[in-house]
This record gives sequence, structure tokens and C-alpha cells, in this order.
Amino acid sequence: MSQSLIGRIIGPRVSTEDLTQHELRYRAPSFLLLIARVLILVSLFLPYWHMVLVAPQYPDNLQLTAHVNQLSGDVAEIDSLNHYIGMRPLEEAAQFERSVGVYILILLVIMLEFAAWIHSRWAVLLVLPAVFFPAIFLLDLHLWMSHFGQNLDPDAPLSNSIEPFVPPILGTGMVGQFKTIATPGIGLLLSALASVVIIVALFFHRRAYRPLVAANNGE
Amino acid sequence: MRKQKRIGIGLSALALVACIGSASTAASAQSISDVQRIAKERGLSTADLLAAAKTLTPSGMKDEYIIFSSGGHSGQVFVIGVPSMRLLRSIAVFTPEPWQGWGYGVGNEILEQGYVNDKANLWGDTHHPALSETKGDYDGQWLFINDKINARVAVIDLRDFETKQIIKNPLTVSDHGGTFVTPNTEYVIEGGQYAVPWGAEYAPISDYKEKYKGSITMWKFDRKKGRIDKDRSFAIELPPYWQDIADAGKGVSDGYMFVNSINTELATGGIENKNPPFEAGASMNATDYLHIIDWRKAEKIYQSGKVEIIQGFPVITLETAIAEGLLYLTPEPRSPHGVDVAPKGDFIVVSGKLDPHVTIYSFQKIMDAIANKTFSGKDEFGISVLDFDSVVEAQVEVGLGPLHTQFGPDGYAYTSLFLDSAVARWTLGGSYGKGTPEPDWTLVHKTPVQYNVGHIGVAEGDTVSPDGKYLISFNKWSVDRFFPTGPLLPQNFQLLDISNQGADMPVIYDMPIGVGEPHYAQIIKADKLNPWSVYPEIGWDPQTQAVDPWAPRRKMERVERKDDGTVEIYMTAIRSHFNPEHINIKQGDKVVWRITNIERAVDATHGLAIPQYNINLSLEPGETAKFEFIADVPGVFPFYCSEFCSALHLEMVGYLMVEPTE
Ligand SMILES: [Cu+2]
Repeated sequence: MSQSLIGRIIGPRVSTEDLTQHELRYRAPSFLLLIARVLILVSLFLPYWHMVLVAPQYPDNLQLTAHVNQLSGDVAEIDSLNHYIGMRPLEEAAQFERSVGVYILILLVIMLEFAAWIHSRWAVLLVLPAVFFPAIFLLDLHLWMSHFGQNLDPDAPLSNSIEPFVPPILGTGMVGQFKTIATPGIGLLLSALASVVIIVALFFHRRAYRPLVAANNGE
Repeated sequence: MRKQKRIGIGLSALALVACIGSASTAASAQSISDVQRIAKERGLSTADLLAAAKTLTPSGMKDEYIIFSSGGHSGQVFVIGVPSMRLLRSIAVFTPEPWQGWGYGVGNEILEQGYVNDKANLWGDTHHPALSETKGDYDGQWLFINDKINARVAVIDLRDFETKQIIKNPLTVSDHGGTFVTPNTEYVIEGGQYAVPWGAEYAPISDYKEKYKGSITMWKFDRKKGRIDKDRSFAIELPPYWQDIADAGKGVSDGYMFVNSINTELATGGIENKNPPFEAGASMNATDYLHIIDWRKAEKIYQSGKVEIIQGFPVITLETAIAEGLLYLTPEPRSPHGVDVAPKGDFIVVSGKLDPHVTIYSFQKIMDAIANKTFSGKDEFGISVLDFDSVVEAQVEVGLGPLHTQFGPDGYAYTSLFLDSAVARWTLGGSYGKGTPEPDWTLVHKTPVQYNVGHIGVAEGDTVSPDGKYLISFNKWSVDRFFPTGPLLPQNFQLLDISNQGADMPVIYDMPIGVGEPHYAQIIKADKLNPWSVYPEIGWDPQTQAVDPWAPRRKMERVERKDDGTVEIYMTAIRSHFNPEHINIKQGDKVVWRITNIERAVDATHGLAIPQYNINLSLEPGETAKFEFIADVPGVFPFYCSEFCSALHLEMVGYLMVEPTE
């Protein structure tokens, strides 16, 4: 019997009898994906990235914090210093990403929701964006930082004493008299944890449904 | 690497701007023998080293207490840290002060409030600061200070340490019995000093007794508005006795106030005509009068309308005050200075400069004497005089020239001795007696001070809960204490450690004051103050303590020429430029110049200095200001930032171009 395309994507359904007999086997992947969804949703409200700038005349340091949708901290003061070297205002960075960040994360959560209902290998496609999200976030941040750091206004007051620079996206660096310390925020850590949980969920997903898929194909 | 180094050069220059020197840490091993060696080299005793250990405040360490000191002739208030005795800043009040731009573009309207008969009176003689109180304790919100020379009172907001109001007393010329606040800062008390006819209108001095008046003014403080409300204030007429220091009752005596006087003789001087000079004439009687005033009753009388409007101001006349029973007198040792109410409000301590005792009155006995009409007679104005012996609790012989008294937390009182050049510690009795090992009402110790002490201040020592710990002796003369700066020498603030009992109360620091002669000062626990580090929002007007809708903002900078020939400038300042930088106007233009410091960083203050137009503003982060002038001098005027703000501070400049019209 040939299956419809949708049927093949959704994959085999589990009989009630089978479900009650092997509850743990079938519930585990769904439960893990649920945890991943919760982690991602919670991360929405938490900072993804911090940078602390340390210099003698700022005994309390300067702070920069990125959420998926906003930049906060001493933005005005950092901008005010950056204008000397001709760096564009931070607010101009990643405007699109920040405007859609929340929706993208919600979309990822919905995709994970669907993935829990799909019992075929197609589920992998639905969860991969969520798995890679933390890495994409950091990559995007790095690209913006290097874009800003390498496109300084040549007419800025101190432009002739400066060459383009890229502060490290994680870890410590030096920009002028400022030591920069960049650390992941708790939101990013939760999102990364979600990635790990999803990979573990995939393992259990395969163990639960692959035999069913194989059995179906064998008929 | 190379690029980082190059940017380093640029930004390190910025670092110079606000360089906070990090304390140099010891390179090599140190030991106590190094301290001993240096002490020997410099001739320091163990007591000196101990004093240094008690007061030395290394870089970054904050002071435990803050002194708000009168600035004397400077017309300012000085803010000083304790125990470091470092001058933290001055607060411009009655006098123009260039660093704060006070009178040179900011605060001009407030200075104008202090003009007398429309005449610029631009010096002040500040004497007695008073911190606002809640339930008799400093609340750290407001500060008041009087100007003795012109009978003015100023209000300072302790959120930004800036003067918000100056009010001129319409009745009297000079004041000394102020400022003192009632326990919840309902009123700021200002007692007039040298008697004059109402409003200083002319009357020959031969009419002294009939025409010359004493008074005490109750300025109503509106805490919400942060201003004295003249329309809810009133005064009480007093005999022309030259009222002196006052103090508000507290605790059991809340609702009363006590006022000294120094010329119950009604001396009118005239040494040139072989009359006794004031110094003799006003010291003839063995006693002067302590005034006891029921201010709550006076408030009711005022509210019921039983006042006379004099010089446009409501006055409870002497006649009414006597008839309503809100004013009594009692003898006090002659030529008194301080009248100080003990922490619980139960005792009132008066020192007559020419009597070696402090005299302690019992508030309960005063109340009993009023109730039982235990009078020794009436004065020549018809005021009942309470019998001295029936209201006095004790007298303690403390030494020569006692002036002012403050209190500790433990039952000790402290009195300055001007002639002895010493500070006396003595014990209170009554319910305070348990706190001290010595018997009640006895002199415990005298610490010599250098020299000629006037007021003293104990940490929160005039509140309902004194802290003790530190006492500062505000000495008038320093003689040989410092490098002689020509014939005009600084005053000397001496810090005493009073944390131990008995005879242990050493001087541990000398602080010269070379900017005016301070009088009184109050000492508040630093953590009661909560000042702003920057103004709350960009475009903040310190005069209204609100955002000014007209404040220039980023991207809205412009120069507008109005039809009436007025030029309006909307300027912003941020490190390291003004915007706009070119101001092109014509000779004779009326210029309305608004400027906002749009910084948010702590300490990122900018100045705006315009040559030949006598203008200089200090603009703290967020502050906006407006000033006006007629561009009557043509020419080219580079204006610049007068507060070193950044590496490119020298470049923070603009050109005011005034084109000649003929
Ligand atoms: Cu500047």
C-alpha cells in the first residue's frame, strides 16, 4: 500500500495498545521537546549577551546587554565615546534582527511543537533551526561587530589614530584603554541547553519511531 | 596588535580627562617599622599617628558624615566630609560663584529674589544652616540658611545641592536667630537681630523704644513645592531686645520655641557723644531675657486673622501676643549666645558669654510657672517674666565665655568656651543621668582648641537622636596653626573624637577654611543623603526640578530669528562639541540662548563661557539652562566649554559672530 506524501511526512501513528505498553519510549521525545520549547520561551525574557567595558575613569564599568529584541545598558555613553573614533551608533546595528527576534523564537517553538507530532525523519528538519539558533545569534553579532568596527567614519575626531578592530564576541579583548569582557547571557545559555535537549530528543525520537517506520515500509 | 595600539593612543587621551587616580599600591614590602621611621623623621607622636589612623581616608573611601557649614562672608554653604575633613564642594547661595555659573547665566533669577529694594545685594553673611527634619531628626532632603546682613533665608534642595529660593524678610534688616526648623519642618524660623523700625523705614534713634521693633518670622515651608510659601507665613512682634539665637522645642516641648536676646537694656549707643558704647550699654544688666513662644498658638492666632499687615506681611503684634498668652520671658545670664534644646526637649541650655555657667531650664517648670503664674513681674513692654529660680533646673560651671551647646547620645552635653578656647564636656541630669559614669550636672573635661571657638557641632547633635562620635570646633582664629598666609588668616575647623567617655576627647584634625568665616554647621550621617548623580532626564531645569519643554534636544538644534528681532538659540552640548557652533547675529539683537547638556555619564559636566559678555554656565549632565543678553558689542567671540570634559575639550568651542549694524 503506497502512503500519501503527508502520511509519509507525519509518519506512523502509534496504537493505543502500543502506547500504554511502551509509554516511556514514546513519551520521552515529546517530553524533551516540550522542555526545549519551555527553555526557548523563557530565554525570550532573558539577556543573551553581555559586554563589560573596563576603564580607569569608569569605576562602575560600562555595560552592554543584548536581548533578542533589544540593546540596553550604557548605550548612550558607549555611543558618545564611539563617536570619537567614528563608529556608528549601536542602535543602528541589527535593527532587523531585533525587530523580528521574538517572532523567530516563537516560530522555532511552534516548529518544535509540530516536530513532536511528526514521527518520521522529517522531524529533523523542523528542529534544526532551533538547534542552530544560539550559534546563528553569535555569528550575527560577530558580523555586526566587525561591520561596525571595520567601517569607521574617516572624518571622526580621532579617526587618524585608529584602525579598524573587532572585539571578541566571547572572552576578553582591548579597545583603547577599555578592556572588553564579553560573556554569554543566561538566555543564550538556556537556548544552547535547548539545543542539547533537542539533540537528545532526536535520539529518543529515532529509537521510538524508526522501528515503526521500518515496519510500515516493510508491509 | 598594531591597530589596537594605535587606537589605544586615541582613547588613552580620553582617559586623561576624568582620570581617577587609582591609589598606588605598594611596590615593596612595608612594615610598621616604616611607619615608625617616618614618624620619627617628621616628629610625630603616637597620639598623632592615632589621630591620623582615625581620620586618614584613602582614595575612594567615603566619609561617614557630611558637614553642611555656613560659608560666612562667602555667602555660600560648604560641604565637608567627616572624618577626612575634606572640602567636597561649595554651594553658591547669596553670592555669584563662577564655577557653578551662579549669577553668570544660571541662578540669576534666584539671586534677583534676594535683591533688596531692587538693589543687587550680592554678598551674603551666612550663619546658621538648618537641615530639614522629620520627627525632630534630619531627613536629608532640604537645607536652609540665613543671611545675617540682609535678613534673607535661602532654600537648598539636597537632591542636586543647589539653591532654589531666596526670600527677603520684609520687616527686619538683619537676622541672627535663624535658620532653625520646627521638628517636622513646618516652619523655618528667622529671628531678626538689630532692631529697626518696621521695614527699616526712617525713625530717629531717640524713638528707639517706641518705633524700633524686634521680631521673629515663621516661614511656612511647603515640602511638596520645595519652597517657602510667603502667603502662609507670619511674624510675631517682639520688643527691640536684639533677639539672638533661637531653637525650636522638640519632644515634650514641641510647639514651643526659645529665643535669646542681648540688649534688654535698650541701649542705643553713641560713644561719640560720651554715651556708653553698645558693647557696654547692652551688657549693663545682669540678665537678659529668654523668650518662650508658643508657636502653635501663634499659628492659630495667625490663621484666625488676628494680625496686623505690616509692610505687606502679617504680624501678630506684641499686644496680641501678650493678650493671647503666647509669649513669656524669663531672665537669662547676660549677653547669651546659644539656646539649645536637649534631645528629649525637656531641658533648654543657655550660655551667657559673660557668665562661666551654662544655665539649664526645665520645660516642665516653665509650663508649671506659666500655669501657676509664678511671675517675678513684667518687663517694660508688659510681658510676664517667669521667676528665674522656679524655672531653672541646674547651672553648671563650665568655664569662661560659654557660647553654644550640643548633645551626645549618652547624656553628655558639650559647650564651646570662647574665652577659654576650649570645648567643655559636662553631664546632663534627669533621665539622661544614667548614661554617664560621672554625677549629674558636672563638668567632666575641657579640651583646649586653637583658638577662640564659636559654634561647635556634634554629629546630629541638635536632633532628637544625637550620634556623638565626632565634634567639630568651629574656631575663629588659627593664629599659629598653619602657614601664615599674609595678615589674613584662615579659620580653623578642628575635629574632636568624642567616642570615648570621660576625659578622652582629643583633637584629631585641623582643617583651615580660607574662604569666608563660617559660623554654625550641622553634621548629618552620609547615608541619610541621597543626591542625584546626574539629572533624572535630559532637558532638566534645576529651578523647577522638572523637564523643560523648551529644552534643546539632539537633532533639534537651531537658531531662530523672530520677527521682533529676537534671536533664539537652541544648543546642545556633548563631548566634545556644541551644536550649533556658529552663531551669526547682528549688533543690538536680543539673544535668548537655551542650552542642554545631553550627557548621561556621571561627572560629564560642560561649561559655556562667552567672552566680553560676562557669561559662564555650568551644565551638569541632563541640565538645561536659558539666559538672555543684548548683543551690544560687535565682534568675533569664540565661546568655549569651561569645564575640562574630554580629550578634545579645547576643541569644544564655537564662534559668536556679532555683525556691526553701522
Ligand atoms: Cu565640554
